[in-house]
Amino acid sequence: MSRLHINWIACEAHGMCAELLPERITLDDWGYPIIDGRPIPAELEAHARRAAEACPTFALALEKARRR
Amino acid sequence: MSVSAPPTGLPRLLAGVSGTGALSLARHLEIHGPLPAVERRRAHSALALVNELERSGLRGRGGAAFPAATKVSAVAAARGRAIVVANGCEGEPMSLKDRLLLERVPHLVLDGALVAAHAVEATDVLIAVDESATRAVDAIERAVRERPELGRGGSRVQLATVPSGYVTGQESAVLSFLGGGPAKPMAMSAPIYRCGLKGRPTLVSNVETLAHMALIGRHGGNWFRTLGAHGAPGSTLVTVGGAVAHPGVFEIETGTEVASLVQAAGGATGELQAFLLGGYAGTWVPADVGWQLALSPEGLHEAGAALGAGVVFALPSSACAVSEIAFVARWLSGQSAGQCGPCVYGLDAVATGLDQVRAGAAGEGALGRITRWASLAGGRGACAHPDGAASFIISATHVFAAELADHARRGPCARCAQRHVLPTPAAPARRAA
Repeated sequence: MSRLHINWIACEAHGMCAELLPERITLDDWGYPIIDGRPIPAELEAHARRAAEACPTFALALEKARRR
Repeated sequence: MSVSAPPTGLPRLLAGVSGTGALSLARHLEIHGPLPAVERRRAHSALALVNELERSGLRGRGGAAFPAATKVSAVAAARGRAIVVANGCEGEPMSLKDRLLLERVPHLVLDGALVAAHAVEATDVLIAVDESATRAVDAIERAVRERPELGRGGSRVQLATVPSGYVTGQESAVLSFLGGGPAKPMAMSAPIYRCGLKGRPTLVSNVETLAHMALIGRHGGNWFRTLGAHGAPGSTLVTVGGAVAHPGVFEIETGTEVASLVQAAGGATGELQAFLLGGYAGTWVPADVGWQLALSPEGLHEAGAALGAGVVFALPSSACAVSEIAFVARWLSGQSAGQCGPCVYGLDAVATGLDQVRAGAAGEGALGRITRWASLAGGRGACAHPDGAASFIISATHVFAAELADHARRGPCARCAQRHVLPTPAAPARRAA
């Protein structure tokens, strides 16, 4: 399972992520992403990766859930 | 020199503090005795110290109440030479306790930093202090000079002055500045305990937390627990402000009721409408609920509150809560480091909305929008500033619901024009801009 992580300093509200992963990402009144914090299931993983790769400021990352 | 017997009651941290000025090294040693943990360095003593911290149950006093032993062990276990940063920046405008410790008992803070350095086997210690807190800066400088042994064989201790501001004291902002960057929070790609200052394992600890460690290093963890609430034992410093006869810093046992703290501060000077607990990143509670609350994480949790950096502010009934909240909301928006969109736009919208409500100029559903914007800002930033502001705003909308609705309908009240009682210091960084 993976999780989405946003670098809020880098995010410039381009909104690509919400276009590519509407199942987990919506936008606020100013176009900044609101992430549904649930883990990304296997069937959404490819879409999530595509959303992260499409971010023009590299603000969105798909992180493998770490076990500690 | 004979080792003094462990103190049985209060004060602990503020023992010997009277009149003005800092306790000298000689006076400090007379009161607290020497620091055994640092004087007798042995291979196992670092671990022994972590065990004492664990036993003490000490939780951080910078606001997050994180277990000190957990943080220290994480740094100790990380690979590389560790650094200790004593955070005395205290950006919270209502809090004065860290400044008081630095000014009056600088050697206790230094001892605490040395205990922490010993526990994580750090050779470098930085004491970070707000550059505008000149008395604190002087006291630490003088205290370091009084101890020429520092840096010779032991840990090297240096003072680092940090620009004033609300978010500049946040731990990643302190690390950014100490690392040569701007005094603004940064996005951490790895946890600070593993990769902090200069990429080294870093223990960032509030100066009060360290001062407690100085005493745990002397008298042990079991001694520490002899006072205070079970889940978060010991004594704690609280800054009491607002409508009380003698505002200031008090050392109390955790679990002390708000009512007895206010009594210690000379009692309320008039009827109170609410308490703000934890400062501007804290929570409002109505006065009738607040009086009985126990000042411990567990006691406050019931009321959805936390002690934060130890602030209790009494809002008098004579003040207009709506006007006060709107004013502080604008100030909080202005304290944003301006880096993260949800904070920049969200807090600004909240502040504008609240001011419209105050003026009776907000449209239908304004309060709902304000609450939504505030809650959306929380958790969506590089630091916890939007989270703290959201807590302040959202709890205010609950506690002052009637007053807000009244202003939204009828506009400003007679008390709106009064001078505000909540402090909003001018931010030097913004003045310069």
